[in-house]
Amino acid sequence: MEERVPLLKVENLKQYFPISKKFTVKAVDDVSFEIYPGETYGLVGESGSGKTTIGRSIIRLYDPTAGKIIFDGIDISGKMSAADEKKLRTEMQMIFQDPMACLNPRQKVADIIGQGLDIHHLYTDKADRDAKIARILAKVGLAPEHAERYPHQFSGGQRQRVGIARALIMNPKLIIADECISALDVSIQAQVVNLMRDIQKETGAAYLFIAHDLSMVKYISDRIGVLHLGHLVETGTTEEIFANPVHPYTRSLISAIPHPNPAVERKRTSMHYDYFTSGIDYMAGELRTIEGTHKVLATEEEFEKWTKAEKNYR
Amino acid sequence: MQEKGDFILKVEGLSVSFATTAGKVHALRNVDFAVRRGETVAIVGESGSGKSVTVKTAIGILDTNGKVEAGKALFTFKNDNGEEETIDLLTLTKKQMRQTINGKRIAMVFQDPMTSLNPTMTIGDQIMEGMIWHFNTPKKEAWKRAVELLDMVGITDPEKRMKNYPHQLSGGMRQRVVIAIALSCNPDLLICDEPTTALDVTIQAKILELIKEVQQKLGISVIYITHDLGVVAKVADFVNIMYAGKIVEKGRVDEVYYDPKHPYTWGLLSALPDLETHDERLYTIPGSPPNLLHTIKGDAFAPRNEFALKIDEIEEPPMFWVSDTHCAATWLLDDNAPKVEMPKELRARIDRMLKEAK
Repeated sequence: MEERVPLLKVENLKQYFPISKKFTVKAVDDVSFEIYPGETYGLVGESGSGKTTIGRSIIRLYDPTAGKIIFDGIDISGKMSAADEKKLRTEMQMIFQDPMACLNPRQKVADIIGQGLDIHHLYTDKADRDAKIARILAKVGLAPEHAERYPHQFSGGQRQRVGIARALIMNPKLIIADECISALDVSIQAQVVNLMRDIQKETGAAYLFIAHDLSMVKYISDRIGVLHLGHLVETGTTEEIFANPVHPYTRSLISAIPHPNPAVERKRTSMHYDYFTSGIDYMAGELRTIEGTHKVLATEEEFEKWTKAEKNYR
Repeated sequence: MQEKGDFILKVEGLSVSFATTAGKVHALRNVDFAVRRGETVAIVGESGSGKSVTVKTAIGILDTNGKVEAGKALFTFKNDNGEEETIDLLTLTKKQMRQTINGKRIAMVFQDPMTSLNPTMTIGDQIMEGMIWHFNTPKKEAWKRAVELLDMVGITDPEKRMKNYPHQLSGGMRQRVVIAIALSCNPDLLICDEPTTALDVTIQAKILELIKEVQQKLGISVIYITHDLGVVAKVADFVNIMYAGKIVEKGRVDEVYYDPKHPYTWGLLSALPDLETHDERLYTIPGSPPNLLHTIKGDAFAPRNEFALKIDEIEEPPMFWVSDTHCAATWLLDDNAPKVEMPKELRARIDRMLKEAK
């Protein structure tokens, strides 16, 4: 497993937004992680924790303040050659949160999906283009006649499928899914998640799955990174994080998930965590390995305390 | 669990339709439900199932194109002379509702705290507004009570916060303020319409715990509208599951979660991601909800139901009572129906939940 080459490597990424001369929002502060080909990396955290910012920095919607982003061996954090840029724009795609807002209401679904093909001239003639669009529509569970419709004629779940189709048509190696299911109903969420898993199995694309709903993230992700206030506080495989959460923030996140089991849930209260009263300083800590790939942001003392507390807790 | 108090709100045979450019949408079809004093009742359903419309109709804030076709909403309360009184809320005019019911007897917490607070008023003024309007409370007294309320909903430094504007507070704090406003007139019934969907998970848990605590302290009744079955498990005593404008199953939380009878409830429970097992695929209910523009023949859920019987396409199922408090609208419970058990994955999960509960 060790020799695997990461598809995406984010190294010490910092993304600051200067608001005024005196005040700068540090949306992402020193975050590093890796995504391997064909896996799903879940980024979780509350709103304002910087998870969307990371996604947007990776796809070059923002210019990083510091740090490196390496995609498929190419540094994509600074200036890039035209050829590299072109490669990046086909191989990395994004699925957005609100399926109504991210589809052009005046374009037919066929044109929305086909836009990438048009720009990169990826078809020989019109018949080829239509065939490609029809194939992708079938893959996401829509009928070929849907191509001639407009976004408003679809339900929320179907629109999200159009969003997925648009990302898939370029055969990307990495798909950044930014809260792509949060705007959908529960029963539709499950359909979209299943679809994303099927597509991954078929195409081998890697996902960066950004969400705040830990139960869905657990379901879809191979590895998870927990973000809080712009810092990556804990990362590891899904099993490691859920079986043995070490950081108090991760624990409070996990304890906040309501279980659909009334007899248990009625009595349970969630754990409370407040950064400002906890006395933890994220700037002082560094990522320390617990076991395997499981790492936590802590100072030496905190690390001792938390890992020991964990043993007592069990 | 012991029976709690008398009925405070009883909705009977409520049917509501909306006039739209595309035609008449039958949003509610013969909805019955009741809330007892001191009880928490949840209404669960997908978007468009009519859960919000039900309570909006009951408290007279239905959109202008909506029309009540039939039904009653009987509300029992102590009037200003201290006598018990029962009135049909649907017979009151909008003005009467405003003056005697809304805010005073029945208060509502909406989904998004940013849109339900007035950005140009301090939160103190917004909490006091209702008290002054409904009870002519002297300003000093209202101020005192507002500070108490803020303290009760867990806002630190309440006196300082009174002068803050909504934009100075975080999302969770704003929702706490909205709850304080709702509680300011000592309502008998609090309606929470998806109170936590716009909030983060950690804050969601805090707000739910707060509402529960307040409810126990004040002994009021709460109606919860949500699509999250995890939330329901945490707060509710009684659940109503809605599908396509109808209540398809209702009962005590334990009955509905541990012994669900309606195939739609089976689907909803199965579709929840399970934290214990790592299944290959999530269960999904095939298809999508019916378009309520068309009249529905038979059981609205039949096209998505793998257990559907022939009769489902012909006749709408009545409510079959499983116990005194638990009933479901599915032909599967009819004496002549073949015996169909819930999917075995769900059975296994429920068994595991029961074991965990012990």
